[in-house]
Amino acid sequence: MASYSTNEFRGGLKVMLDGDPCSIIENEFVKPGKGQAFNRVKIRNLKTGRVLEKTFKSGETLEAADVMDIDMQYLYDDGEFYHFMVPDTFEQHAADKNAVGDAHLWLKAQDTCEVTLYNGSPIGVSPPNFVEMAITETDPGLKGDTAQGGTKPATLESGAVVKVPLFLEVGEIVRVDTRTGEYISRVKA
Amino acid sequence: MERLRQRARLYKKIRAFFDELDYLEVDTPLLGVSTNTDYHIQSIEASLMGHQRFLQTSPEFAMKRLLVENRCSLYQICHAFRDEERGRFHHPEFSLLEWYNVGSDYMQLMQQVETLLNQILEKPSEFVKASYFDLFEEHLDLRISEGNTELYRQRVKENIPGIDIHTLQQDDCLDLLMNAVIAKTFKGYTFVYDYPATQASLARLKPTDPLKAERFELFYNDLELANGFSELTDATEQRRRFEQDNARRRNHGQMIYPLDEDFLNALESGLPACAGVALGLDRLLMVQLQSDQLQSVLSLDTLGLPTAL
Repeated sequence: MASYSTNEFRGGLKVMLDGDPCSIIENEFVKPGKGQAFNRVKIRNLKTGRVLEKTFKSGETLEAADVMDIDMQYLYDDGEFYHFMVPDTFEQHAADKNAVGDAHLWLKAQDTCEVTLYNGSPIGVSPPNFVEMAITETDPGLKGDTAQGGTKPATLESGAVVKVPLFLEVGEIVRVDTRTGEYISRVKA
Repeated sequence: MERLRQRARLYKKIRAFFDELDYLEVDTPLLGVSTNTDYHIQSIEASLMGHQRFLQTSPEFAMKRLLVENRCSLYQICHAFRDEERGRFHHPEFSLLEWYNVGSDYMQLMQQVETLLNQILEKPSEFVKASYFDLFEEHLDLRISEGNTELYRQRVKENIPGIDIHTLQQDDCLDLLMNAVIAKTFKGYTFVYDYPATQASLARLKPTDPLKAERFELFYNDLELANGFSELTDATEQRRRFEQDNARRRNHGQMIYPLDEDFLNALESGLPACAGVALGLDRLLMVQLQSDQLQSVLSLDTLGLPTAL
C-alpha cells in the first residue's frame, strides 16, 4: 500500500493510524523560521467516528488506508444488516448496525447514500442531505392552522422523530434535512 | 487590487524609512552555487546549463559580502525560497525585508524594528519583550540551562496531544513548545530574545553568558514575523557551524550543501560588527489585512501545487 508524507497531508486524505482507517480533517504546518517543522492534524477515526489531534514531525509518513466513498442505492434491512447496491454493477454490500450508526434514521429504499468501504467492507454510511418520508404517527392536525407557528413531534416511516407544523397529518410526506434533523417542507403527493 | 495596493504602499513606506536613515538599498542574486546549510531549511535546486545551483533561502550571505566590501548599513526587499514549507503561514517562495546595521547590536536592532513597524503600521503598538529562558521557566517550569531532555519531552507530552516524544531532540522540544504552547499566549507584538546557544544560527553568543545567543524573534500574536542577530563575525566559528550542519545532514540522510566559500572568505577579511534582521513581508501584510491565509496576500500563485490544507 502507498504511504503519504506529512507534506502530502490535506483534508479528506485517508490514512491508517494505530491500525484504524482515518480521515484527515485539518492539517496545520507549524515551523519556526530556523527550527524543526511539525504537522498538527485533526483526524477522524472512521471506525469510531472519534476526532483526535495528532502532531507529527514533518517528514514522517502514514500508510494510505484502502478507503473509498461510493454512491450506492439503499435496498432494505433484514434486521441485522442494511443492504446497499452499486447501481452500475449491481454489486451488493451489507453494512452492520455499527457501520450505519445514526444514518439508519434517514434510510429509505431506493435513496442514494454514500457508503464508505474499508478493505471492501462498509464502515460508514452518509444519507442524502435531504430525504422525503411519510409521517406514520402524529397528533391529529389542527384545521385552519396553516400559517401560524407551533410544532408537534411526528414519527416518520424510518422511525425518526422530527418536529413538524401543527397542520400535518399521518400519511403526508415531508422533506427533512438529515444533517440537522429539521423539517423543511411538506411534499405534495 | 486592494492587496496589490497594500503591498505597494508597504514597500514605499519601508523605502522611505531607510532612505531617511541613509541606508543603501541593495539587490543581490537569488541563484547561487552554494546555499544555507541549516539542517531545518531545505533549498530548492535549480539546473543552470546542466550545473546544480540553488535558489537562495535568504539574502544573508550575499548581503554580508557587500557589508565587508562597503562597510555601510544596507537593506533589501527580495524573495527567498524554501522547499517543503507550505501551509497557512508558509509559502515556498516568500517576500522578505532584510537589513543590517553597522556598529549596532541585537538590542538596538530590536528597538529599530519597533520604530519601523510603528511608522509603517501608522498606529503605535505596544511591543512586549521577554527572554526565551524566562518564558520557558514561567510557562512550563523548565530551566533550559539544566538541559534535561527527559523533562523537555515530558513537557511536550503534557502540552501537545498525540505526539510520539521518543524521536524528539532537545531543540525539537523547544521549537514545539515555543510555537505551539508559549507563543499561543502572546497578544500583539512580542519580542523573544536571548535564544539558547544551540539555536544560535548565525548569531554571536553572549560574551557574558555563552549558553545564550544574541538572537531575537518578533511575533504578532503567535505568528513569527522577524528573526534578528548580533551577527557572528568569526570566520572559524562560522565554518565550524556550517560543517556541523552538514554533518547532521549526512547523519540523517539529507542532502549536503556546498559551503559558501566566498562568504567565508569575506568573513575572514573582516565583517564589521553589525546586527541584522529579516522580516517576513507576506506575513506583515497578513497582519495589516487581518488575513489568516498567507496565500491570500500573494499577488499570484504560480507554483502549480495541489491545494494545501
